[in-house]
Amino acid sequence: MTSDKANPEALSALDRPNSYIGRTVPRPNLDRLMQGRGLYVSDVELPRMAHVVFLRSPHAHARIISIDASAAKQMPGVIAVVSGRELSTVITPWVGVLSHLKGLKSAPQSAIAVDRVCWQGEAVAAVVAASRAQAEDAAEHVLVKYEGLHAVTDMRTALDPATPVIHASLGDNLAFERIHDAGAVDQAFAESDEVVDAEFVFGRHTGVTLEPRAVVADWNVAEARLTIYQGTQAPHMVQNIAALHLGLKESQVRVVCKDVGGSFGIKVHIYADEMATYALSKLLRRPVKFVADRVESFNTDIHARDHRCKGKIGVKRDGTITAFEIDDLTGIGPYSMYPRTSAIEANQVVNLVGGPYVTGNYRARARVVFQNKNVMCQYRAVGHPIACSVTEGLVDLAAMKIGLDPLEIRRRNLIADNAYPCASPSGLRFEQLSHHAALAKLVQMMDYDALRAEQAALRVKNVHRGIGIASFIEVTNPSAAFYGVGGAKISSQDGVAVRLDAQGSVICQTSITEQGQGSESLTAQIVGSVLGVSMDRVRVILGDTDNTPYGGGTWASRGAGIGGEAALQATKVLRKNILDIAAAILQSTPGELDIVNNAVVKVADGAPRIDLSELARIVYFRPDTLPPGVQPELMATRHFVPREYPFAFTNGVQASWLELDTDTGFVKLLKHWVVEDCGTIINPQLVDEQIRGGVVQGLGAALFEKCVYDERGQLTNANMADYLVPMSGEMPDIDVGHVVSPTLESELGAKGAGEAGTAGAAAAVTNAVNDALKPFGAIVTEIPLTPQVILTALGRI
Amino acid sequence: MKASAFAYARATSVENALDLLSVHGEAAKLLSGGQSLLPAMNLRLIAPELLVDVSQLVELRGIVVKEGVVTIGALTRHADLLKSPEIAAHAPLLMDAVAHVAHPAIRNRGTIGGSLAHADPASELPACMLTLGATIIARGPSGERRIAANEFFVGIYETALTPQELLVAVELPVTPINSTHFFHEFARRHGDYAIVGLAAQASVKDGGFADLRLGFFAVGDRPLLANSASKLVDVVITSAVLTEAASALDDELDPLEDQQATPAMRRLLAKVLLTRCVFALLARPDLCAGVSA
Ligand SMILES: Cc1cc2nc3c(=O)[nH]c(=O)nc-3n(C[C@H](O)[C@H](O)[C@H](O)COP(=O)(O)OP(=O)(O)OC[C@H]3O[C@@H](n4cnc5c(N)ncnc54)[C@H](O)[C@@H]3O)c2cc1C
Repeated sequence: MTSDKANPEALSALDRPNSYIGRTVPRPNLDRLMQGRGLYVSDVELPRMAHVVFLRSPHAHARIISIDASAAKQMPGVIAVVSGRELSTVITPWVGVLSHLKGLKSAPQSAIAVDRVCWQGEAVAAVVAASRAQAEDAAEHVLVKYEGLHAVTDMRTALDPATPVIHASLGDNLAFERIHDAGAVDQAFAESDEVVDAEFVFGRHTGVTLEPRAVVADWNVAEARLTIYQGTQAPHMVQNIAALHLGLKESQVRVVCKDVGGSFGIKVHIYADEMATYALSKLLRRPVKFVADRVESFNTDIHARDHRCKGKIGVKRDGTITAFEIDDLTGIGPYSMYPRTSAIEANQVVNLVGGPYVTGNYRARARVVFQNKNVMCQYRAVGHPIACSVTEGLVDLAAMKIGLDPLEIRRRNLIADNAYPCASPSGLRFEQLSHHAALAKLVQMMDYDALRAEQAALRVKNVHRGIGIASFIEVTNPSAAFYGVGGAKISSQDGVAVRLDAQGSVICQTSITEQGQGSESLTAQIVGSVLGVSMDRVRVILGDTDNTPYGGGTWASRGAGIGGEAALQATKVLRKNILDIAAAILQSTPGELDIVNNAVVKVADGAPRIDLSELARIVYFRPDTLPPGVQPELMATRHFVPREYPFAFTNGVQASWLELDTDTGFVKLLKHWVVEDCGTIINPQLVDEQIRGGVVQGLGAALFEKCVYDERGQLTNANMADYLVPMSGEMPDIDVGHVVSPTLESELGAKGAGEAGTAGAAAAVTNAVNDALKPFGAIVTEIPLTPQVILTALGRI
Repeated sequence: MKASAFAYARATSVENALDLLSVHGEAAKLLSGGQSLLPAMNLRLIAPELLVDVSQLVELRGIVVKEGVVTIGALTRHADLLKSPEIAAHAPLLMDAVAHVAHPAIRNRGTIGGSLAHADPASELPACMLTLGATIIARGPSGERRIAANEFFVGIYETALTPQELLVAVELPVTPINSTHFFHEFARRHGDYAIVGLAAQASVKDGGFADLRLGFFAVGDRPLLANSASKLVDVVITSAVLTEAASALDDELDPLEDQQATPAMRRLLAKVLLTRCVFALLARPDLCAGVSA
């Protein structure tokens, strides 16, 4: 690991003796989870709790003629069968738009379909019973009459005049369009020695969390309060929206988020069936549990990607990239998701294409269209894999065209490490990136020249291996620019409260959440380091709108960078307050004292003066012995939000080494490398785990994962046998290296690391496959790279 | 994903199981390892009224070698096959094949009887039965029936068994000493059902085949014992001969379309397997050049 700290003096609060920063320490929650003592939503059992099963539409688009629930209501254990119309007395519909995405439109969506279903899997009725099995039995007896409507399924024809409009009130099937034009693109292409274009195709895929989406909603009539137990990434957002649509005040809604079995962006949205569950609890005045099963997870968890992007690059013979141009098209299902909208991914593609490179000439169009398929929205590394695959694919095609090595073209065009601060052609502002340092490190880690030699030697034996490189940039630590400015009540700031308890231990409440990333661990590491106490004394509380400060939660690679800084600042205040009291007790001055190893010590000689437990005993039980006028405040709260830069961009580069069986089209991944720069690293193991996990999800997209719809809008592989998630047997070793350029926006200097792996993995693999295919004159620009796709490109089938 | 309600009976003997089957007919389903049956029930693709659990009938589990015959009880689990010295010595093809069946957790429960009765055309074990010339032994109300493997598999998930019958064992001739085998399948991930697979057994003499049995799977609605193998027996193998055999194989195939592959891709992969099998068994990579798969 390289640690070129830009300004070490800014990190003083962290560079204290026994600091946990930069150290691999075990997660505090590991034993609890490993011993099966986690508390997931499906573990929550409440008195009088009922279970809801949603009867889902078998049609992609149909009018609901009638719903006959009379037989179902007679089934054992059934408490209620509720239609969309009945539920609409308790909950209002919503429209997933944001004002800063100009022109974005969508239609009102209901918790349960009223009159019309718009995708296969949309709920048409809720069956509530004493057990899930009884509810499933009864659901089979609800008779729904449908009149089939034309299903709009192909994004390429969604805007044709001949294609029916899904929501008549919107006028057409165009949800959003963005056009961007910077520099002098036409002139740049005209002056290029070569112009290369290609169409890149990305399969629709989904997050496949180990624990499905799950909710227990408990409307307490006596308190007039709704408690929602939910595995969500953003508890305060859920609180706001549940209150808004149920006609409650936010103070009447508590959201509790205990353990979460994976989220990846799947659990940062508001889903119709979850809204329906809240409403059912209110309607039926009892706790109601909804746990999605695997089939409905595939049919209703947001899907992502599904883009077709035409790209064009201009290049001079000396390797100078002159311009990028893209035309991106994506189909998002029948509604824009609420409240983050389904236009963000396409918007990100426009923002990010060409981002690592110097050229200022960039033209882009992105169109987002409605279809009768499951809804699409933000999933890990939103837009990045598309932008990166298109950019890096084009860069490699350009290099191939002029006969330049893929490394060399990048060396000649990546923004210089000393050129910052600067802005991208789409107007993104970069504080400090390190593309060249990262590339140099990658080349050394993978021993590029040796691999090239090995590749050449094996070609002679008819063994075809490929090397693929992909540089990337990554949006992290978003400010209010992401959602807040568009009117969404999604906080971009986070808060942390820390307090010293009576035996000198620390309770820390944070508004970021934990879904496995290690939020709990990194918070305890920061608090322990800044305060001078051991981590086992720090207890971190997350995921409860009643008991944590107000904040955004964990998404968009923001937990460490934003929540971590709040923890640092709150702990600094607490430390100061403790030292003030200690000075009063010890008749010293705060400047002469420090806290080390759970005790107040004298700075001069490090000698322990008073244990924190003793100090706390005096404060809480013998305040009468303190000097007059001293009022100890052993609890401190601070909030943080980035203000200078809308996003803290990170960067990195990935490489893939693989073998292609040209007889069968099978790809074997041999090795993968990542060098990334997330600024200050709090826990190297957690960062590396995030990178590796992210890479694996990117490799899934590259080789395996795809939601396969037929032309009638039926999802044909909604199960774990046919939808292929990446498994360990196919994964290569993934080596991770770092360059460290801390952000100066915070004292902590941390940027995000959660999505970098996903951003560039597929691009590296696709480039490697094309490198392997080189002697065959074939090129693939479609993922997943199935044997079928590769054999077709090779002309073998 | 909860199965609909069903009744459950744990069979106390083979006779007891047969009685239950004859009383309940098609409303009953036998339960062995449950690795194919229970997922289908949880997806509500099938909803039997009664499960007859035979998994505790220890007399149906185990491997015996006697007088040149390997007898494998129907309840012998995939994991048992994998660690059996008898199988390693007398039916090594089966050992290679079982290593490709699913994952350890599934192999710990799934049984050979369940796998053969389930008759998934992409399954490894049914094809091995064809290659190895197995006899499948079934017991029904009117006694025991011996069914040749090549008459047992009749379609997708369809066998010659009647709903009243219990598959009790399979018999395989002990593999001759001078015989060799080849097993390979193409699957997207380890443990997945094959896109195309081949279980081959051969006897090699003087650089050619004295005998060759090619059991393909996932190339049609049932496993296929390829007749085209005969084109490679007792002849000098050249690229031309191999190309001819591959094209004869093509005529025998009737591959299905699914999520993983088109029929064209299956045909291609089957021919690649044939070629690679011949290269491997004869140790002649030189044949590589000039063969058009
Ligand atoms: C994730 C996963 C992956 C898998 N991958 C593979 C794979 O790659 N290759 C492969 O071959 N298999 C695979 N399988 C299936 C597995 O091998 C099963 O073990 C096998 O198909 C059925 O065996 P079983 O004992 O579990 O049968 P069960 O599930 O108990 O029964 C299957 C069917 O056979 C009938 N049956 C069972 N026993 C008898 C009997 N003695 N006589 C008559 N009828 C009987 C049952 O009534 C039922 O209809 C996979 C399964 C899973 C869950």
